[in-house]
Amino acid sequence: MALFKLNVNGKERQVDVEPDTPLLWVLRDSLHLVGTKYGCGVAQCGACTVHMNGNAVRSCILPVSAVKSPVITIEGLSEHGDHPVQQAWDEVDVPQCGYCQAGQMMTAAAFLKTHPKPTMEEIAGAMQGNICRCGAYHRIREAVLVASQKK
Amino acid sequence: MESTQHTTSRRDFLKWSSFTAGGLVLGFKWVSAEAQTADIFVPAADAAQVAINHYLSIGTDGIVTIFSPNPELGQNIMTSFPMIVAEELDADWNKVKVVQAPLDKRFDRQLTGGSGAVPHSWMLLRKAGATARYMLIAAAAKQWGVPESECTASEGFVLHKGSDKKLSYGELATAAGAIAVPANVTLKDKKDFKLIGTAVKNVANHDILTGKPLYGLDFYREGMLYATIQRPPSFGTKVKSFDAAAAKQVPGIIDVVQVKNGVAVVGTSTWQVMKAKKALKITYENSGNIESTSDHDRIFGELLNSDKATVRRKDGDVDAAFKSAAKVIRKEFQCPFLSHSPMEPMNFFAHVKEDSVELIGPCQIPGSARTAVSKLLNIPEEKITLDLTRLGGGFGRRLYNDYVVEAAEVSSLIKAPVKVIWSREDDMTGGTYRPAVRYRFEAALDASGNMIGYKLRGAGINSGNPTRESNFPTGAIENLLIDSIEHQSPITTGAWRAPITNFLAYAEQAFLDEVAEAAGKDPIDFRLELFEKVKAKTIGKINYNVNRMIDVTKRVRERSNWGKAKKGVYQGFSVYFSHASYVAQVAEVVLEKGKPVVKKVFAVSDCGQVVNLGGARQQVMGAIVDGMGHAYFGKLSFKDGAAEQSNFHNYRLIRMKEIPEVDLFFVDSGFDPTGLGEPALPPTGGAVANAIFKATGKRMYKQPFTETEAFTTTPGASGKKTF
Repeated sequence: MALFKLNVNGKERQVDVEPDTPLLWVLRDSLHLVGTKYGCGVAQCGACTVHMNGNAVRSCILPVSAVKSPVITIEGLSEHGDHPVQQAWDEVDVPQCGYCQAGQMMTAAAFLKTHPKPTMEEIAGAMQGNICRCGAYHRIREAVLVASQKK
Repeated sequence: MESTQHTTSRRDFLKWSSFTAGGLVLGFKWVSAEAQTADIFVPAADAAQVAINHYLSIGTDGIVTIFSPNPELGQNIMTSFPMIVAEELDADWNKVKVVQAPLDKRFDRQLTGGSGAVPHSWMLLRKAGATARYMLIAAAAKQWGVPESECTASEGFVLHKGSDKKLSYGELATAAGAIAVPANVTLKDKKDFKLIGTAVKNVANHDILTGKPLYGLDFYREGMLYATIQRPPSFGTKVKSFDAAAAKQVPGIIDVVQVKNGVAVVGTSTWQVMKAKKALKITYENSGNIESTSDHDRIFGELLNSDKATVRRKDGDVDAAFKSAAKVIRKEFQCPFLSHSPMEPMNFFAHVKEDSVELIGPCQIPGSARTAVSKLLNIPEEKITLDLTRLGGGFGRRLYNDYVVEAAEVSSLIKAPVKVIWSREDDMTGGTYRPAVRYRFEAALDASGNMIGYKLRGAGINSGNPTRESNFPTGAIENLLIDSIEHQSPITTGAWRAPITNFLAYAEQAFLDEVAEAAGKDPIDFRLELFEKVKAKTIGKINYNVNRMIDVTKRVRERSNWGKAKKGVYQGFSVYFSHASYVAQVAEVVLEKGKPVVKKVFAVSDCGQVVNLGGARQQVMGAIVDGMGHAYFGKLSFKDGAAEQSNFHNYRLIRMKEIPEVDLFFVDSGFDPTGLGEPALPPTGGAVANAIFKATGKRMYKQPFTETEAFTTTPGASGKKTF
């Protein structure tokens, strides 16, 4: 076990875990930020996506010892749940079971920073790594587009 | 009567609210402080109806709290159930709060499965709302000294027709609680529905989109432990002995205990128990047959030729029909096992105490879970509580309570509160799969291309009866034989979204397409001819309404512009009745680099009255994506008893780039709701297979399609990963 200092959602946090503990489990078990989901543990489904330095990363394969930059999770994406992506997801009424949606939104939010005016094809390409087992892909795609049209 | 009712309300609220003590917010918005001030807890029907005096309450603040009993796994029941209550109540939807109810014997059919929740509860929920509406109107009429007939309700208010008198439901709540419960209530005419049939957003959106703890895996309680279980990797083996020394060296590990189906590692965090599980040294011994997919392929051949099949249906004289046939078409269709793979892997929290048990987590059939835990621990059911969290998907997997029972077993052994977590690998290799099945279809055509005989044999691995002997085309053919036979295997199987029909529909619709071709008929005309035969003279008993079949078929033909597709666009048709609803689809396929790509699917659904149009559209779109994805990619194979696929790197699920566009239409057939969680999935594989045939000339005789010739022999379709 070792002490690690992390900046999560703008707050300095300290955790005492083993160095190989994936960021996902530090967030969920140590910090009780459970919005970030476990889906596969091998970076195949995207449910665990968070932002590190503004980039979308898979927290399930990222050891806490490798986390050197501030981390943003779904809980910190916006103060009041009104990030354009969150607004769009609500407007389009995306969630079915909803389990994968935090990861979907984190991927979308990072993508829209670099692609503010994406085409549908670009959206599908960017979201290809996130699985939605309910098959809500049509609405996810639409919501990314709607989010891109918001200020 | 009134006072009893009032007392009941208080007690019930205390009971409900006690479930929240010490826990995180479960499911969605538990009874909050203001709701506990609510003064009435409205019995929703006469006493004889029992068990529905617990659907709703109205607070003096005007907030209507509606309890949603059924597990929510993405079918949107937490929105559609309350919509039905609120419609008849004339509530202001903005003042409705929805609360996930825990397992409670007062609710009947508190489960998610079989697309049956709305059809089953439709009248109960309407009556619950209408009863409360009546009591509010009666209370207002009494207060104003006017006849009830002069009062009406709208948007959370009772209004007096002859004046501008108006009272809110909040203002009337206490007085309404003192009104005698009416024995009968008048329900709205469907044409007066304001909420039902519209698109209402998922009531849990805000909590989902801000990452609130909603799911079983999110549950946390101070002092609880985490556990994970190493189960035998091969079906047909069991634990012989184990060495836990290395596992116990992993920091945070508290205990290692043997359970019925494996070895459980208990510790203080998820990561620690996952790591320690890998350090276990276990030896296994055989406890049953060790089977591989190659064995099943051989077994299917034997079963299809066996004389030990169970006859499911026999109409007319099949042998004579086949003897006299001008043409016989005989084809076989095979599907592999499938994993359910809900995005949230199995998990459950259990706290077994001296003489009571607390269970919290995601499951589709909580009543059975409680019964199973009661049996295991020999603790009466009354001493066991079960709180439902939101389910991160289910698809049938969470109808099986092995993971709930395991959690209780571990807690009872370590005498501590514990959450048992399955890894994705545990989930995918751990059983209760969609059974592998092979069908043999035979059709006898006379010289004019009429189908005079039909045979279907279903052979499955732990499949039960893999036929649906009273479904179409039964009823249309004079001479018909349907039988089935199964192989008992240690590989466990279970219901997978649209059980049996998820593959039977594809096979049957692909076969009928081929029969139509052999008969020289247009596939849709061929189906319509058969439907007309059923209409004219139904052979035996059938379980579908042929007029609804005809209607969805004709509508999808029109919407898809059938037969007039643009050059290079190939159409395939399919129609299926499953559960109690009717869905017809036309898929459109194009060739890209010689490889069939599904571009669009038209779907016409008759599920009776649509409750939530937004949710209904989602169910159909999702079912098409699900049906197409699994037909294209889904495959779980076995080598020496062990699943060969373990995670999403080698168990391929459909992703965003592969989805087709969809065109949706819901028929206003005038029927009450007949369910929609599953019925749109079964037709998809058939429509897609038939369109691929048009595009490539190749029939799809097995799933996954991507392993068939149409994909493997065309350039650019070598199974290369697209992500």
